[in-house]
Amino acid sequence: MSAASELRESYDLAVIGAGPAGLAAAARAAGLGVATVLFDEQPAPGGQIYRGVTETPLRERAVLGADYWHGADLVAPLRASGADYVAGAAVWSVSREGEIGVSIAGAARLIRARRVILATGALERPFPIPGWTLPGVMTAGAAQILLKSSGLVAQGAVVLAGTGPLLWLLAAQYRRAGARIAAMLDTTPPENRRAALPHLPAFLASPYFRKGLALLREVKGSLRIIRDVGAIAARGDGRLREVVYRSGDGAEERLPADTLLLHQGVAPNLNLANSIGCKQEWDATQLCFAPVVDEWGASSVDLVAIAGDGAGIAGAQAAEERGRLAALDAACRLGRIDKARRDREAAPHRTALRRAERGRAFLDLLYRPRRSHRIPAGDTIVCRCEEVTAQQITETVALGCTGPNQMKSFLRCGMGPCQGRLCGLTVTELIAAARGVSPAEVGYYRLRPPVKPITLEELAGLPQSDAALRAVVRS
Amino acid sequence: MAAPDVIVIGGGLHGCSAALHLALRGARVTVIEKDHVGRHASGVNAGGVRRLGRDPAEIPLSLASLELWYRIRDLVDDDCGFEHHGQVKVAESEAELAGLRARVDAVRALGFSHEELIGRDELRALVPAIAEHCVGAIVSRADGAANPYRTTLAFKRKAASLGVRFEEGMRVTGLARNGKAWRVETARDGAREAAVVVNCAGAWADRIAALLGEPVPLETWALMLMISARMPHFLDPVVGAAGRPLSFKQFANGTVLIGGGHKGRPDRDTNWTDLDFAGLAKSARTVWDLFPVMRGAQIVRAWAGIEGRLPDDIPVIGPSSTAEGVFHAFAFAGHGFQLGPIVGNIIAELVTTGRTNLPIAPFRIERFRTPAP
Amino acid sequence: MFQRLPDPQAKTVTLSIDGRPAAAASGDSVAAALLAAGLAQCRTTPVSGAPRAPYCMMGVCFDCLVTIDGVGNRQACLVRVREGMRVETQQGKREAGR
Repeated sequence: MSAASELRESYDLAVIGAGPAGLAAAARAAGLGVATVLFDEQPAPGGQIYRGVTETPLRERAVLGADYWHGADLVAPLRASGADYVAGAAVWSVSREGEIGVSIAGAARLIRARRVILATGALERPFPIPGWTLPGVMTAGAAQILLKSSGLVAQGAVVLAGTGPLLWLLAAQYRRAGARIAAMLDTTPPENRRAALPHLPAFLASPYFRKGLALLREVKGSLRIIRDVGAIAARGDGRLREVVYRSGDGAEERLPADTLLLHQGVAPNLNLANSIGCKQEWDATQLCFAPVVDEWGASSVDLVAIAGDGAGIAGAQAAEERGRLAALDAACRLGRIDKARRDREAAPHRTALRRAERGRAFLDLLYRPRRSHRIPAGDTIVCRCEEVTAQQITETVALGCTGPNQMKSFLRCGMGPCQGRLCGLTVTELIAAARGVSPAEVGYYRLRPPVKPITLEELAGLPQSDAALRAVVRS
Repeated sequence: MAAPDVIVIGGGLHGCSAALHLALRGARVTVIEKDHVGRHASGVNAGGVRRLGRDPAEIPLSLASLELWYRIRDLVDDDCGFEHHGQVKVAESEAELAGLRARVDAVRALGFSHEELIGRDELRALVPAIAEHCVGAIVSRADGAANPYRTTLAFKRKAASLGVRFEEGMRVTGLARNGKAWRVETARDGAREAAVVVNCAGAWADRIAALLGEPVPLETWALMLMISARMPHFLDPVVGAAGRPLSFKQFANGTVLIGGGHKGRPDRDTNWTDLDFAGLAKSARTVWDLFPVMRGAQIVRAWAGIEGRLPDDIPVIGPSSTAEGVFHAFAFAGHGFQLGPIVGNIIAELVTTGRTNLPIAPFRIERFRTPAP
Repeated sequence: MFQRLPDPQAKTVTLSIDGRPAAAASGDSVAAALLAAGLAQCRTTPVSGAPRAPYCMMGVCFDCLVTIDGVGNRQACLVRVREGMRVETQQGKREAGR
C-alpha cells in the first residue's frame, strides 16, 4: 500500500474503489504498463463483498464461505502489479478534465489522471419503513460488515426482514458463527415467482442455483421464516423494542426485537458518476438508476469508464470481469496496446462475464422488492438526513414540484451529507407515483461534488495554483 | 386560444418578473423557457438582496427594487425567505478601509445614503464572529438575502395565477418579423407569435440579440458557491470583503453559504459546469481568515450556476436598437437577483407606455454597437 | 447489542467514549467499537434531536457521525480505532469552532 507522501501528481489511470471490479481493473491495467493508482476509502481492500478479506478475525474459512475467500485471490495480483494503492482515500470530486479531489488522512489533494475507472460498487436499497431510523435498526449488510471486520454478532432478539439472496447468506453465516436469529420476515411478494419463472432454466444452469439451494438447506431447519410479509414497522422509544408486521391477510403480529436487519436488494452507488454528468437511466427490472455504459464500460463522459455493480447490479464475479474489460480498454485508449490485442485479451473475460451473468435475471425478478416498501406513506421518514417524511414529499408534489431537484429546494430533501444515497430512489418513485408518470421521466437528483463532505480546513489546505489565482473575478 | 400579447424568452427571475408585471397591467403573456423555471442562475445564486457595492448606474434601480422586496409578500403572495439583517463589506487593513471611505464619499456625493462607513467596534457589534484583524466596514443596513429558487417560483406562480402561460422544455431557435408580429420558432413545438418579445434569456440572451442584428459580447460565467453542514447560529448580516471575493451568509437552518466570484467552467450548450476546486480552495482560505469559527466546518456541496456577463459588468435593460417591439433584460453578471422585482416592472412600463421613470440609459444595448467606419 | 466471537489473536485497543474507557479490537472501526461497547446511540440529529446509531456500516448513511479526537462529524465506520483515541457522541448541530 502506498503512503500519501508517495502519491504522484498525475497518473495515466485512476481507479476508484477496491472491490472486485477495482482490484481486477487496477491489477490488469498496471500489468499492461499503465501508470495506475487505486483509491479506496476503506482501510483495507475488498470493497463491501470482500470486506476485510485481508484482515478478518474470522479465520475459519467455513464461517464466511468460499465465495468470500475468493476476494483474497484478487488482492495478491494487485500488490504484484505495480499499481499505487492508497487506502483510506476518499475521492470527493472528479472533473471532466481528469482532476481528482481526494482526501487522505485528513488532507485534501488534487491529482490528475488521463483516464478514470469508477468502481464504486453498490449500496443497499433504501428500506423506508416506519421507525427505520431507530437505533437498533440496521441493514443486513451492516451486520455482515460487523461480522467480517470485527467478528461481532448481534445478540438478543435479532430479526431479519426483507428479500434477496444476501439475507439468506447472512442467516447462514450467523448460524455458522453460532448466533441466533429470532425470525426472518420474508417480504418477497408471492407474485414474483410467476414473473421469474421464464428465467428459471438459465438460473438452474448457473452456479447461483447450486449455491442458493445449499444456503436454503442450511438455514431452513433452524430458522423461523414468516412469508409474504407486507406491512412492517419498527417500534420503540428512542431505540428498537419490537417489530410489528402483517403476513398475507393475517392480523398484526408483534415480535420483540433488539436488532432489526433490513435488506431488499442493492443499487449502484452512482454519486460520483452522477456528479461528473455521466448519463444514467432507469432500470425497470431492478428498479434503480444505473449509468449508461458500452461493452467496455465507457460512459457518456469521455474520461470515465465504470465497472462493477456501480455500472449496473450483476454481482461480484461479473464485477471482476468488467473491471478487466475496462482496464483493457483503458490500456488501448492510453496507447499501451492496440485494438487487436485488446479484443484478443478481452475474449476470455467476455465469456466469463456471460457465465457470471447467467441466472441473474431470475434472481432480479424473484427478489424484486414490494412497492409498498419502496414507496412509503404518511409519517415514514424518507430523507433520513433532513428528516423529511413521505407525506411532506407528496404534498410538495401537489404544490407543483415535479422532480427531485426542485424537491431539494423546497424541503431540503436530498441536501444532507448522504447526498441522496438513502433517499434518492424513494423520492424518485414517490414523485413518480404522485404524478402518475414513470420514474424514468421524473429522473434523479443532480449531484455535485464534493460527493463526500470535506472540511473547510482540507479545502483551504489545497495547494495554490496559478490558474486559481487568475480565475478570481472580483477583487 | 388567443395569441399572447407578449412572449417572454427565458423563465429565470427576470423573465418571470417581467411576465408578472405585464400581467398586472393586463397583458396576455407566454413565457418560453428552454429547461424549467429557475433552472439556471436565478435558482442557484447566493440570494443576496444587496444595494451595497453596486455600480452607480445600478443604484437607483437597486433602491427602487429594495422597496419592492419589503413588500414582496404583497407582490407574489410569498415572503420568499427574505430576511434583512444588513449587508456588510469588511476591510482587513487601513488601506482597504481608506478605499471603503472613498467609496462611501463617492456614493453620498451622488445623493445616496444607503452605504455607511463603520469602525471596529460597530463592526464587531454587527458581526461578532469576524476576525480580529478587520478594522471596519461599509454597512447597508436594510439589505439582506432571500431564497433564490423559492423567489423565482413565487414570481412564476403568481404570474400563472394571473393567466401567464409557461412553456417549459422549449428552446427558441428563431426570431423573425412576420408582418406586424414577431414569430418565435421553437425546437420542438413550432412557432408562436406576439406583437412584443422580451429577451430575458440570461447566459443565452446574446443568441437572441444576434438574431435581431444587435450582437453583444456576452461571456458565460459559472460562478461557484458552496454550502456547509449545519452550525450553531453565529451570523445575521450577509458579509463580503473589500480585498477579496466573498459572499458569506448563514441560513436560519444553520447552514453557511460561501460564494464570491471564483469561476468554474461552464458549457452553455449542455448546461454543464465543471467546478474548479483550486478556486474553491481560495474561497475556503478567505473564510478561514475572516471567520475563525468556521475552521471546523464541513463543506457538503459545491455548485455553479450559468450566468451571462458583459465587459462593463452591468446588464442590458431596455428596448432593442434594431427591432421594434422587442425589449431586453439580461447579463446581470452575478448580481441580478436583487434587481429582479424592479426590472420586471421597468420592462412592463416600457412595453405598455414606451417609457420608464428609472434611469436606464447606461444599460442601453447600443453601447455595444461598433461605430460605423 | 453485539457480542464478539472469540479470537485468540485479537489485539486490544483502549479508547475513551464520552470520557469513559472502552476496549476494542485493533481492526475495529470506531462504529464497531461503539456497538461492541453497548452504546445504543451515537448522536442526536440537528433537525429534531432524534437519536441515531450506525445504520449501514459502509460510509453511505452518515448516521454514525461522532467527534474523534476533537474533530466533529466524522463517519465512525470509516475510521479505525487507535490506542488512546477520544470519541464523543454528538448532540444536534455541531459546536461551532470544534
